Amino acid sequence: MIRIQGLRKSFGSQPVLQGVDLDVATGEIMIIIGRSGGGKSVLLKHLLGLLRPDAGAVLVDGIDITKLRGAALEAVRRRYGVVFQGGALFDSMSVFDNVAFPLREKTNLAAGDIAQRVEEKLLQVGLVDMGHKNPAEISGGMRKRVAIARALVTEPEIVFFDEPTTGLDPILVNTIHHLIQDLHRKFRFTAVMVSHEIPEIFEIADRVAMLHEGVIIETGDARSIQASTNPLVQQFIRGEPESANHAA
Amino acid sequence: MTDGSAGPDTWPLPARWVERLGWLVLYIVESLGRFARFLGHAVALVFIPPLKLGRLAGRIYFIGFKSLTIVILTGAFTGMALGLQVFLTLQRVGSEAFVGPAVGIALVRELGPVLTAVFVTGLAGSALTAELGIMRITEQIDALMVMALNPMRYLVVPAILAGLISFPMLTAIFDVAGIYGGYLVAVILLGMSPGTYFGQMHAFADMADVMVGFWKSVAFGALVPWVCTYKGFHCGHGAEGVSRATTEAVVLSCVLILVFNYFLGSVLP
Repeated sequence: MIRIQGLRKSFGSQPVLQGVDLDVATGEIMIIIGRSGGGKSVLLKHLLGLLRPDAGAVLVDGIDITKLRGAALEAVRRRYGVVFQGGALFDSMSVFDNVAFPLREKTNLAAGDIAQRVEEKLLQVGLVDMGHKNPAEISGGMRKRVAIARALVTEPEIVFFDEPTTGLDPILVNTIHHLIQDLHRKFRFTAVMVSHEIPEIFEIADRVAMLHEGVIIETGDARSIQASTNPLVQQFIRGEPESANHAA
Repeated sequence: MTDGSAGPDTWPLPARWVERLGWLVLYIVESLGRFARFLGHAVALVFIPPLKLGRLAGRIYFIGFKSLTIVILTGAFTGMALGLQVFLTLQRVGSEAFVGPAVGIALVRELGPVLTAVFVTGLAGSALTAELGIMRITEQIDALMVMALNPMRYLVVPAILAGLISFPMLTAIFDVAGIYGGYLVAVILLGMSPGTYFGQMHAFADMADVMVGFWKSVAFGALVPWVCTYKGFHCGHGAEGVSRATTEAVVLSCVLILVFNYFLGSVLP
């Protein structure tokens, strides 16, 4: 279980997170929504231990990772898989080597076993026979799928998705969402996803949290979020411009 | 100001200058501290296994082998220019015999290590900064971190070790190319005796001169990858951040090469 308690972060005089409290249950898909610049990616970076908060805690199974450094933090990260917004694929490596990289570096598996697992993951994300290609030679949607394969190849307990469908066409958005849903059913990892894709995310989310101006203003399952009476939540879901909310 | 005292904006001009100077000094000290800590971290990782030998070999190829052509070319032409000017100057006082030692000592002690380091900075150092900068802005460095892998071990340590190994070798090759460039001009083109060129060089230049050049090249071999990886690792946002980091890396490396060259030349025998 991941528990975020009173998380605060400012950059200079600009407050970004102003006391975030959120629980993510083991095995659920939690999707964090919110407007651009609202602090979603900053929150995700705290969960990954890439940023340190000014105050508050991020507890992963009771361990406050904001206090960890070095080997202790790496031990927590070994349980993670991360899909970055742009994929963050290593452009000096082929698709196959990208997916194989965490296995080569973090496990003692034989080359044959690694190849088998990589092929298996590429098959699951629908990229058979693409292993020899360079990330620059494949489409944006394919790169996202390679990133998902790389994140899942070590069979992590917790997977973080940072806007995994940004910039993709609606068909690819649904393809990626269904892929995540299928893989989640199969491997039962805990998923934390930051996304803007309304209403598609309601199909795959177990719970949704809305981050607004550095605080979580609403949390609940897809149905309760859609039925929320909070005008900010409704404005976001409907994609209404700023003035519409003020008028309301 | 809640306590009612006047803020810096209301201070007299000299006080504001002092305040700004104070901030500048603090900024410089903090930057130097970060810079030194970065090297300290990398040096510590050299002694903590595992050492990434595959990446080290790749970096030696990148910094060393790929710089070979330009080093040979620039070394030869530097030696040729040096041979020509030294010959014409010494000819005026009838001391052409000393062209060999003058070219040899100048190359081995000063020009070899300095020019090799400057050219390798332009060629491999700038590419190193740009590569790491792009990895930073495309979250590839973050990806390494969240895979529980230390990016310093993968990206910085191999580059610094490769610099330590490659720079002395490249400097030696530059020196040899330069000495034969000088030979080409002084002996082949201007008719000097080959025995005089090499004989006088052997008589006046000794192992101490070679060691001065060697230690300088070792120092530059650590300095250039250190500066270039630091700048790439801490580059700003977007393409502008990468381009600025690359420019800063090349300029800072070249300035530090010349500064260190002077001080090392003063300290080394």
